[in-house]
Amino acid sequence: MNSQPLVLGFLAALAAALPVSSQEVNVYSTRSHYGSEPAFELFTKKTGIKVNFFMGNNNEVLERLRAEGKNSPADVMVTVDAGNLWNAAREGLLAPVESETLAKNVPAHLRDPENRWFGLAVRARTIMYSTERVKPAELSTYEGLADPKWKGRLCLRTSNSIYNQSLLAAAIERMGVPKTEEMVRGWVANAPTILDGDTTLLEAIAAGQCDVGITNSYYLARLVSEKPGFPVAPFWANQGKGGTHVNISGGGVTAHAKNRANAIRLLEFLTSAEAQATLAASSFEYPVSPQAKPHAILEKWGAFEQETVGVAATGKNQAEAVKLADRAGYR
Amino acid sequence: MPAIGKARRQNLGGFSAAAWLVAVVVAAPVLAVVWNLLTPRWEVWQHLAQTMLFELVRNTALLLLGVGLLAGVLGTSLAWLVSAHRFPGRSFFEWALVLPMAVPAYVIAFVFAGLFGYTGPVATYLRAAFGPDAFFPDVRTYPGVVVVMSLVLYPYVYLLARAGFASLGAAPFEAARSLGSRHPFWRVGFPLARPAIATGLALALMETLADFGAVSVLGYRTFTTAIYRVWFGMFDRVAAGQLAVALMLFAVVLLSFERWARGRARFVQRHGRPATEALPPLSSARALVASGFCGGVLFFAFLLPTGVLAYWTARAAVEQKLPPNFGSLLTNTLALGAAAALTTLAAALVLAYGQRLAGSRSLAWASRIAGLGYAVPGSVIAVGVLLILSGADRALGRLVERTTGVELGLVLTGSALGLVFAYLVRFVSVAFYTVEAGLESIAPSLDEAARSLGATPRRLLSRIHAPLLKGSVLTASILVLVDVMKEMPATMLIRPFGTDTLAVDVWQRTAESMWREASLPALTIVLAGLLPVILLVRLGRRGQSVLPS
Repeated sequence: MNSQPLVLGFLAALAAALPVSSQEVNVYSTRSHYGSEPAFELFTKKTGIKVNFFMGNNNEVLERLRAEGKNSPADVMVTVDAGNLWNAAREGLLAPVESETLAKNVPAHLRDPENRWFGLAVRARTIMYSTERVKPAELSTYEGLADPKWKGRLCLRTSNSIYNQSLLAAAIERMGVPKTEEMVRGWVANAPTILDGDTTLLEAIAAGQCDVGITNSYYLARLVSEKPGFPVAPFWANQGKGGTHVNISGGGVTAHAKNRANAIRLLEFLTSAEAQATLAASSFEYPVSPQAKPHAILEKWGAFEQETVGVAATGKNQAEAVKLADRAGYR
Repeated sequence: MPAIGKARRQNLGGFSAAAWLVAVVVAAPVLAVVWNLLTPRWEVWQHLAQTMLFELVRNTALLLLGVGLLAGVLGTSLAWLVSAHRFPGRSFFEWALVLPMAVPAYVIAFVFAGLFGYTGPVATYLRAAFGPDAFFPDVRTYPGVVVVMSLVLYPYVYLLARAGFASLGAAPFEAARSLGSRHPFWRVGFPLARPAIATGLALALMETLADFGAVSVLGYRTFTTAIYRVWFGMFDRVAAGQLAVALMLFAVVLLSFERWARGRARFVQRHGRPATEALPPLSSARALVASGFCGGVLFFAFLLPTGVLAYWTARAAVEQKLPPNFGSLLTNTLALGAAAALTTLAAALVLAYGQRLAGSRSLAWASRIAGLGYAVPGSVIAVGVLLILSGADRALGRLVERTTGVELGLVLTGSALGLVFAYLVRFVSVAFYTVEAGLESIAPSLDEAARSLGATPRRLLSRIHAPLLKGSVLTASILVLVDVMKEMPATMLIRPFGTDTLAVDVWQRTAESMWREASLPALTIVLAGLLPVILLVRLGRRGQSVLPS
């Protein structure tokens, strides 16, 4: 075997790891799969500050930050689900930011009480139903899905999903462990089909495998944007009874950021009305800023009352939520 | 090992020291995982014991049993068919049956889940034809998981078993036939190839243990899914590490089984004509069954998944959803794979040689501990690697700062070098076991003869072992290359800033259910995995012994 090309390839891979300099900000992100999003490009265009991305999944970005410690090149951590941000803050990976702009742009229930992380976009996790087999009047709350009338008609994503862990964690905050456990036991008693993804679940409802389920709002929006007649609609759960569960994708400035000023500027820009519409629309999320309008598909679904227990609670209660699911037999 | 004499043994000091060094460096991340045992986590274990520990152990054991049986039977019977019989398509199937190895388990899992799930075309058709409650072959079940995983893991058994059968040459079979044996497989083939089959099976089962992607797509709960749940759901890294140690115990049981199955059988290369020259043709009915069986396995394990991926890729192309960074994904993957294959092979050779020449039992154990990285999910071992790398970076940084006053920053963490190290830790046992099996087939009498004639270890290596080992070395590099190209979790965690690979891209898209967008990179992993297989086959045609024996 001729080893020369291999050695060259190896060197090329090494060279790819060289650091870059000047006006820039390094972002560890789990939010997008395409390397950069329009809102970040807009930031570079406005400020001349270059944004470098390291994309990973939640856990990997966290472990990487931890291992790198004070040598980390990261300035900003952007991730989905408040549980992950809460955990990063707990591990001391994020530094508090005192910014009037951020405090003004981001509603209090969508940011860390200690200002270590801020919501950038909102997603609702609510009840999805077949428009062919279910009438909205039959639906009410998450707890209502424990009713025996949904036996064999309910689909759930596995409780391994952090989205479900956060949903249960917020429920614990809202009504306590025993009532939440009673609700989950009720779901399990309805012999739900357990699936591995929100999109899979929505397609299962459309195909008739089940009639109702719980998913994030943007998965449905994505499907509807591809197939306008998709026979599934959202039902805003728990209106007047605590509100529909919401979560965020959000970000914070890392504890050892070398470009801290740029990092704060980036977060302030991303929460501005100008960036919000782009940021939220590109992923079918809701803007955090009340001034910005959501994507047309979301606008058609109408406004709804958001859960106000605060997304920070999801992190705090997450481990308890996982154990609760285990006890109740929710896989 | 026979006594070689004191003076000669001292010669081996260098080799043995190198082997120890490699073993310790590679074992360090594994030990970093084991370190977690020192911090008790009774509360989590109590919770697991009350809720799902029994199910985890049962599911993992059942999965090993099922995949072991199915992949073992498929691999061995297919290898025996193409090694000892003549039937239409035999020479095609002989190499084509290796192809499914290039299909990552998580890829075939998501393709089959899409194809055979409730919303897939098969079930939809069955409902249209037989009503809403029609039966459909759901892959999100225990038999489904076993079949899906066996389809892509049987090649490990097949590859090694076929090499085992081929290395025997024609003589034993002719002897068996001339003595009128009606069951040459049970009388000759299986007993002689047993060590090779056991090694192949051990590799397939270690992959099964470490798999996270396929079991999570198919909703089957095992130790790996529990590790992720405890780690990221309960934010308990230490308890997750402890679960990983439990997984390693499974691997140790597996390896002991492999030792036991090999028994005292030493399987030594014969010299002689390849068995294929004198293969008896099968009767036409049996030949049809043989071709059909080979064709059926090839269809489900390779043609169907790649066909579906090709179809999705075409649709993604029409909808302009192909990844724009495809070129760099491919070159990153190939460069990393090649670098890792070379490094891993070098380490495996040093380990295997140290063991053979020094004949030390403690070194043999050290190599086995070093190899445990293969049975642990990529992200667990990757955290061990990350700890070692950042520790080394801190030590290095202190040293440089004290001597030169320059702040060094991170040199190893987040470098391509660090990633290659992670691959080494994860896959060294693949190369090690293959090379070891190859070495074992070289009769110790050859070493003794050469050394009694005054040959140094180096000369023994270059003049006697190198030509005989060429096949195992090539197989080992191919196995590692293909494994690295499929590897996802460790790559995610350790790769340099902004370096994506094909597997990482597939994962990121499938995690968001973007199957069609993921199909081109997934298909490319499969196709790129074909290149080494083709190389293997071409070298084989040139009459070199390219398989481990």
